[in-house]
Amino acid sequence: MSSIVKYIIRFALFVLVQVFVLDRIHLHQMVTPYLYFLFILWLPFNMQRTPMMLIAFLLGITIDSFRHQPGFHAAACVLIAYVRPLLVNLLMPQEGKEANYDEPSITSMGGFMAYLVYIGFFSLLHHTWLFLLEAWQFGNFWYFFVKTVLSTVLSIVLIVVTDLIVVRKQKFRTNTI
Amino acid sequence: MRNIFLFIRRYFNFLVFIILQVLCIFLIVQYSRYHQAMFGHLANGITGKINKQYDNVEYYFQLKKTNDSLMLANERLYNKLAADFQLPDSSTREMIDTLRIDSLLQYRRYQYIGAKVVANAVTTQSNFVVLSTSMADSIHVGMGIVDPNRGVVGAVTDVSGDFVVVMSLLHKDSHLSGKLLKTGETGTVSWDGKMPNVVTLTGIPKSTVVQKGDSVITSGFSTIFPKGLLLGRVIEVVKEISTNNVKIQLQTAVNFYNLEYAYAIRNYQQPAIDKLLEKAKNSSR
Repeated sequence: MSSIVKYIIRFALFVLVQVFVLDRIHLHQMVTPYLYFLFILWLPFNMQRTPMMLIAFLLGITIDSFRHQPGFHAAACVLIAYVRPLLVNLLMPQEGKEANYDEPSITSMGGFMAYLVYIGFFSLLHHTWLFLLEAWQFGNFWYFFVKTVLSTVLSIVLIVVTDLIVVRKQKFRTNTI
Repeated sequence: MRNIFLFIRRYFNFLVFIILQVLCIFLIVQYSRYHQAMFGHLANGITGKINKQYDNVEYYFQLKKTNDSLMLANERLYNKLAADFQLPDSSTREMIDTLRIDSLLQYRRYQYIGAKVVANAVTTQSNFVVLSTSMADSIHVGMGIVDPNRGVVGAVTDVSGDFVVVMSLLHKDSHLSGKLLKTGETGTVSWDGKMPNVVTLTGIPKSTVVQKGDSVITSGFSTIFPKGLLLGRVIEVVKEISTNNVKIQLQTAVNFYNLEYAYAIRNYQQPAIDKLLEKAKNSSR
């Protein structure tokens, strides 16, 4: 399967799961389950920043259009896409590791802890920016602080579970020619 | 000139990032102000269709609750049938409350237009309900929406194709005029963004006697809802320290978690009232 088709299907699946499954789960008013931004975290290593930001914008605006308030999720997604290459470089100092694997996962990041830091950081970043934008519209800072922390924890759990369920074939691409 | 190009090339990613963020914030600010902005129409058309497909499936799981609610609504209507009442005395003068003087015909003020709920949210700060109906032509922005038991759901913000977007009571910008049924004080019903199904009534003086379970109804001061539709019931009364008012928490009459059908209320006197208000506004200028 061509990788573009794979990513398009993945995009649609993430949007549908977020809108029709997770958005309909009412756990508590403080906790909102978010998973869709994992799509951005799973984009390939060798992708340039600008196209990544544009794709992230598209993903965010798609989620926004289902909620009838454009801008919020798009802003958070663009922020993730902009910061992602920085953190990937920080977490994977070994030269050439990203050349061996396509996209971030537990194997390609070289261990569970590195991957956990990776998803944890971006969950927190996404929620902080998203809820800050909402708080700026709405007031009441502490409420959103607690909401951010709790939602981040839930997002991390959801992502780890997703990683356990979804088997992504990680091809080891040798480039030692 | 060369330096400018070098600068753009060097900070191209950062510039794209800033442009996208500014675009997002522009969308947020602009859309909050004008609800049917450029984005709304296009997006509602597409997401409406997808939501409808999903609703076709999800609808079956709600059938039982929907049936119960319709049964209750029917029961109430049957009890209002004219055939169930008898005039006490045939010699009493019959009066028909009408605005038209030269005719005995009754005047229709409100018409209810049924619609199916295809999408609904309670988790965000700005919740919208999306309705699907073939009668969308006769639904306009600003019309009121109620559930089958005539509890207030919200007001229409956008109509496109067969779909109607409704700002639900659980929206931070939603402000409705509410009235305590028992004592008659009016205040504003809004949502603080925390608990779904719990809204706040403000602007009621401390001297008012309010008890748990008291009904709050629409005041009829706005033209979008007829007087007397149930908004909610009092669950808690909080005294505000700095003002002379109390803050009253209400349990909404509508359960927003399992909304399946809704009715749009068309006010036939709306154009006349709008015209008068317009005139008053112009003359006061």
